Amino acid sequence: MSSEKNSALHSVAVRVDKVTKTFPNGDTPTYALREASFEALAGQLTMIVGPSGCGKTTLLSVICGTMQTDSGRIEVFGQDIGCMSDAEVTAFRSRNVGFIFQQFNLIPTLTLVENASVPLILQGWPYRKAEEKAASVLENLGLGKRLRSFPKQLSGGQQQRVAIARALVHDPRLIICDEPTASLDAKTGHHALELLKQSACRQDRCVIVVTHDSRIFSFADWIAEMEDGRVVKSCPAAEYRHA
Amino acid sequence: MLRIALLMLFRDRAKYVMLVVGLTFCSLLMTQQTSVFCGIMLWTTATVRNIDAKVWVFDAKVEQVNEVIPLREIEVTRVRSIPGVEWAVPLYLGIEQARLGDGSFQNVQLTGLDTATFVGRPMEILKGRVEDLRLPDAVIIDQVGVEKYRKKGIKIDIGTSFEINDKRAEVVAICHENRSFLAQPYVFTTYDRALQFAKPQRKMLSCVLAEPKLGISAKELAARISTIPGLRAFARDDLFWTTIRWYIKNTGIPISFGTVVIMGMIVGIAIAGQTFYLFILDNLRYLAALKAMGARMPILTAMVFLQSFSVGFVGFGIGAGLTTLFGLKVLKLETPPFFMPWQVPVAVAGVIMLICCFSALIGLRQIAKLEPAVVFK
Repeated sequence: MSSEKNSALHSVAVRVDKVTKTFPNGDTPTYALREASFEALAGQLTMIVGPSGCGKTTLLSVICGTMQTDSGRIEVFGQDIGCMSDAEVTAFRSRNVGFIFQQFNLIPTLTLVENASVPLILQGWPYRKAEEKAASVLENLGLGKRLRSFPKQLSGGQQQRVAIARALVHDPRLIICDEPTASLDAKTGHHALELLKQSACRQDRCVIVVTHDSRIFSFADWIAEMEDGRVVKSCPAAEYRHA
Repeated sequence: MLRIALLMLFRDRAKYVMLVVGLTFCSLLMTQQTSVFCGIMLWTTATVRNIDAKVWVFDAKVEQVNEVIPLREIEVTRVRSIPGVEWAVPLYLGIEQARLGDGSFQNVQLTGLDTATFVGRPMEILKGRVEDLRLPDAVIIDQVGVEKYRKKGIKIDIGTSFEINDKRAEVVAICHENRSFLAQPYVFTTYDRALQFAKPQRKMLSCVLAEPKLGISAKELAARISTIPGLRAFARDDLFWTTIRWYIKNTGIPISFGTVVIMGMIVGIAIAGQTFYLFILDNLRYLAALKAMGARMPILTAMVFLQSFSVGFVGFGIGAGLTTLFGLKVLKLETPPFFMPWQVPVAVAGVIMLICCFSALIGLRQIAKLEPAVVFK
């Protein structure tokens, strides 16, 4: 299966074109991204893989606009992130991006339903409505009986489910996951990815997962491999696994 | 997001309690010490507040009401000669020694009132009549004296006699007066009898009390009387503030209380500032996550200021409440001095809010530097 065939079925959700990002390091800057180019399609779960320090997380950061690039162009659902002001990027993220972090980053003093409702509250939803919506998403993810629990009362897998609920609650078009299985054992990680794929993957939505956990490659539709700041290989997951 | 901010604060109980305790302690220390200071300052002006006269005339060298340089008797007539004086009467003020029935001594603030008019009479008579001052050896003693003697096992009542400078005095009434700075009992008698009680000097008149004619202000009359060589006149309010200023300038009282108030402020800044900073540091990861999820800096700033001010509000409230309870308790006992004008809690609230601003700003500095991308690290 070729990439052309895939593009015909799915529209391009994220396009990264020759993006370079350096970090100051004395006189010589350190290159995190070297003219990296990459595309992720809507309706697919795309994994960015590669060894530690290859630039996966930096690529993820520039895609969602939490980090600025030195050069190159990034389009997310047709909108050029680089041309937006800080406030516009923040507003864009708030509406269009859902995050699942490696450490979950659930606020420990908020209940599950309060944590999951945060993206809606940030968009200005009234508290009650936001909590109702968050509760229904948590119920769909099997946490309906733990709505008023606090994150520390849950297992790692359950916390990951709350993080998934928080990422999905405001119905974003782009879901960004940073090492979603890193804090979980193999079985729980597998289960979390299954759940993510079930609940997040939709025709109009793009899911990008950064990972170096080869055990979860089977969940990907598309895999982009990075090395030394460049995307060196980008192909359908089956092709990548076969290779 | 403001509700989220409050939930984050209130549910972090250890830090919340520590912040509130720090600010409560700071608020209590500042409010209570300032109120006691105001109370002491009020005590210094007890004579001015106890004697109802619009204009007070002293020797030109007198700087405050508790410092008396005797005048000649003729000064009363000279004051009366000034245009605009409705009336002027002599007043004796002096600290004399009273000997009690058991032989022990007690200093008293002897006040000699004009025999004919009793101008400056006690404002609240608890027992007896002012007019009985015309009886032989008659004095009026205040409640402070009654209490002091009671503690020594001596009951003072109407008819009780004691000695002032070896001369017999008999209580004809008991009054309630504002307590004096040295907490000596006030003893009122007539001017003539006060001169008999007092140790004889060449000049005996302490001051002249005057009333301005209708249409003339106390300040104006005081200015006119002050033109008489050797005399200095004060309007009542001016004498009140001049006395307070004198004590502030010439005693260590403000330094002593000021030091405690500043310490309270430093403790507040140290505890609240540091704890709030730690609170922000602990939540930095989550704040970065909020930033990544689309929380803009103005929202985060509002969240941090709300957290800081709500702690400040609660801390100030408890501190001011505790001070008020302390005040209610001591006002009944009349010691230690306590006076909390509205300016005190308002000023302390202002200082607490400044501490909160400071705490919030050092936390915000961290948040402003925070890159949302750190959530991926």
